[in-house]
Amino acid sequence: MLELALHVLDILQNTAEAGATRVRLTIVEDQGADCLTITVTDNGRGMDEQTARRVLHPFYTTRTTRHVGLGLPLFAAAAEGAGGGLAIRSQPGKGTTVETTFQLSHPDRQPLGDMAGTLLAFLLTGQAGDLEYQHRVLAKGASAGPPAAENQFMFDTADIRAELAGVPLNQPRVAQWLAEFLAEGEAELIR
Amino acid sequence: MPKLKSLDDLKRIREDAQQSLKTRLDTGTTIIVGMGTCGIAAGARDTMHAILAELAKRNIDAHVTTVGCIGQCVKEPLVDIEQAGQPRITYANIRPDMVPQLIEEHLINGRPVEEWVVGRMEKNS
Repeated sequence: MLELALHVLDILQNTAEAGATRVRLTIVEDQGADCLTITVTDNGRGMDEQTARRVLHPFYTTRTTRHVGLGLPLFAAAAEGAGGGLAIRSQPGKGTTVETTFQLSHPDRQPLGDMAGTLLAFLLTGQAGDLEYQHRVLAKGASAGPPAAENQFMFDTADIRAELAGVPLNQPRVAQWLAEFLAEGEAELIR
Repeated sequence: MPKLKSLDDLKRIREDAQQSLKTRLDTGTTIIVGMGTCGIAAGARDTMHAILAELAKRNIDAHVTTVGCIGQCVKEPLVDIEQAGQPRITYANIRPDMVPQLIEEHLINGRPVEEWVVGRMEKNS
């Protein structure tokens, strides 16, 4: 996987597998601090401490179809190769947080890539939980001090679902609306 | 920043959709794209994009949905097409450039593209 958005899609799919009904995805590009942080938090079934340690191992998976699980290890490798790392916090029955950091300017940092496509692919998952999304870009100021500009794209699918009153997100015209809404929101972020 | 500025669009879509939802559930088409780690790494997200674009272009009403890994990782991207009254058909290694032919043959001409088929599942009910 050569873009961070694909790793994010993988982690989002984990939240659906974990039975989460609420998922929060936060992306912060802080140019002043030269740091990119991607955080996924869900209220799924969570893991005990021992399991949370094992999920970073490529030969651990909860699936029964085969014995490898590469999503988290690949994401961790992408972060570690770019001056950052991946941390998992989880509690059984409460949920899981996966926080990944990167040095924004690191030459080996993968590009963020097609986040709009990732969000759409996740929202079209049958059993996806509601997604609260926030993507913030903090542009670097002329000198030390507050960022020169801050802009963000955010939404909560709970609001969209409320508006849809039972019409599913993968209804063809809704899916098309979502695709445009997401692409527009991401494109308008100024870096 | 688009603060759900097109919520009115969404409202209109909802009203149309609610009217046609029942008929679509009875007779409709669902296209399922594998989106596990294996599918994602094999390019399934782009395949999904290509499917949505092709459906929009040809004005075909079909539900597109994504699922996790079903254990045939080497055959990803896997695309299933399910139509009411027909067996569910699984296609393997579907790249974006194969999508127009797939949609045309299967959905429009009603002929599955046999050389890409890896599985068939008969409806139980």
